[in-house]
Amino acid sequence: MEPFTTLTAIAVPLDLVNVDTDRIVPARFLRQPRSAGYQNFLFHDLRETDPDFVLDRPAYRGAKILVAAENFGCGSSREAAVWALAGSGLRAWITPSFGDIFLENSFKNGVLAIVLPEKRVAALREQLREHPGAEVAIDLPAQAVRFPDGSEERFAVDPFRKECLLAGIDEIDLTLREERAIAEYERRHARETPWLFPDLAGDGGR
Amino acid sequence: MGKTLYEKIWDQHAVASGAGGRTLLYIDRHLLHDGSFHAFEALRRAGRKVRRPQASFATPDHYVPTIGRENITHPELRDKVETLERNATAARITFFPVGDDRQGIVHVIGPEQGITQPGVTLVCGDSHTSTHGAMGALAFGIGASEVAHVLATQTLWQAKSRTFRIVVDGTLKPGVYSKDIVLALIAKIGAFGGTGHTLEFAGSAIRELSMEARMTICNMAIEAGARSGLVSPDDVTFAYLADKPLVPRRAAWDEALSRWRALASDDDARFDREATLDASLLEPMVTWGTSPEHGAPVSGVVPDPAAEPDVTRRGSMEKALRYMDLAPGQRLEAIAIDRAFIGSCTNSRLEDLRAAAHVVRGRKAMVPALVVPGSGLVKRAAEAEGLDRIFRDAGFEWRDAGCSMCVGMNGDLVAAGERCASTSNRNFEGRQGKGARTHLMSPAMAAAAAVTGTITDVRKLL
Ligand code: SF4
Repeated sequence: MEPFTTLTAIAVPLDLVNVDTDRIVPARFLRQPRSAGYQNFLFHDLRETDPDFVLDRPAYRGAKILVAAENFGCGSSREAAVWALAGSGLRAWITPSFGDIFLENSFKNGVLAIVLPEKRVAALREQLREHPGAEVAIDLPAQAVRFPDGSEERFAVDPFRKECLLAGIDEIDLTLREERAIAEYERRHARETPWLFPDLAGDGGR
Repeated sequence: MGKTLYEKIWDQHAVASGAGGRTLLYIDRHLLHDGSFHAFEALRRAGRKVRRPQASFATPDHYVPTIGRENITHPELRDKVETLERNATAARITFFPVGDDRQGIVHVIGPEQGITQPGVTLVCGDSHTSTHGAMGALAFGIGASEVAHVLATQTLWQAKSRTFRIVVDGTLKPGVYSKDIVLALIAKIGAFGGTGHTLEFAGSAIRELSMEARMTICNMAIEAGARSGLVSPDDVTFAYLADKPLVPRRAAWDEALSRWRALASDDDARFDREATLDASLLEPMVTWGTSPEHGAPVSGVVPDPAAEPDVTRRGSMEKALRYMDLAPGQRLEAIAIDRAFIGSCTNSRLEDLRAAAHVVRGRKAMVPALVVPGSGLVKRAAEAEGLDRIFRDAGFEWRDAGCSMCVGMNGDLVAAGERCASTSNRNFEGRQGKGARTHLMSPAMAAAAAVTGTITDVRKLL
């Protein structure tokens, strides 16, 4: 996974609450292999009905940061939503709140998802609307975002996610280091609840 | 101080701890469906093996046709169903194929087979995994990377969520169901009212509900933003489980039962948040917009965005009304529908079909209407009671088990511009098909809409 440290880039504002992952990638595209390039399906139906969709405005071309509203990425667990956004060049998103599964999927794909207070995110979207193409600077080690107007906002990030992102760590590799603890857990629980471990507990208690 | 059910399950599954208070949680049960091919692919690319195949169970549901499926002719759908079978069999994972009565929507077959048990951790690459929390299991949806992680390690790194107890007291009036409880709750706390929390549903109204009705509520916890919804297990839970295929037997059952009895949240447990709802005040609910939080009592009207003070929210509401082709002030009861769908992991169990059939009996469908049981076993049980005859006689289509028109991935779609009365869980733009307009409601309400052709208060037909 590509590490994430700092990023200064054009940010694009999306002024809609409750943007669900069905809208980010409609279900009919999910049968495609990942190699099909999910960025081709990003906001597919929304873009068709709205020729002036913000991501298509020339001023925001090359944006690497998305600034959205409450509950961005709610709904279905489809990781394709993150693949589509990241595939189109976005590396970070900032909102007042995310869908929990989308948030997890973001970090799993090397994307930094930042939560800031609603008023500040609304102010940021306004600055980006008024100055299309303006840049936002993100510093992950310092946990700070600099707005186009020069103001700065600190953000919280789970230390575990931060570590994985900074180092570009594959979580499965990390977990496999805990193999002894996992095997020990299984042995103990196969004794305590043998019916859940028929494979490890002989007759399975059934 | 006592512990909540959530904390008890969490503590029993902690394997190791990581940076910032993250915990490596052991995952007891893992459900896989025909959308899981991305995760298997990622595993293959990384050259990893499935660590403990006995903990996983697989069945096709999203892509499987609900008609003519003995020989699936659509090449892409057939490929998805066959790929799951290939992946599962190669990894020695239990697989319920098309044609097996145990095949069905993952969230219907988990409890039905006894795969879901109180106190287990259960995950699935599907957000409605929250359904299984009705059994007192800590169950949540995950993305493809996490599915691969669970297949490879049988664990997940998780941060503890906050806890949120929803106390529902009072008795439901006739014609009002658990679907109405959860739609009313989401309308009240909002589509992100539960974000970052695990919900526990408690109170006398929840205790009085059957397991199936509780599943409907936990199913939609995710529509309030919560990854998991829970109900503390009780005698209703244990009675439901007693005859399920994969539960422990004899001495092991007794031992399991004593463990399960100790799981319920303690009386003095503290929750981070609390909310209450009076079930006796509820009427049948319907959604008017494109978020599950856009719900209102059926006697109500489409709200006016002008009354919304927040500019972003107002814009989103206006957009929803344009998409739904509705105007502020319009009466919900007068809205004409083009189609009805009774099914999905929210409402496709035997009790749901009974409630719908009760309304349909002796009437005729005024619009195309589809009934899709949640599993082969539900279908068979419904047929044994003659429910299929009631639906068919009224002109409803009676199909085989799967997700079907909830998401349309198998081709069961609502056409652009059409309005569908649906028992599913999401009214998102394009959810049931490009340009489709979805109104969420209970099975009895969807049946009432189907036989009248308009959104109708089902209590007038009872
Ligand atoms: S029935 Fe609908 S919500 Fe449930 S698992 Fe299938 S697609 Fe998802």
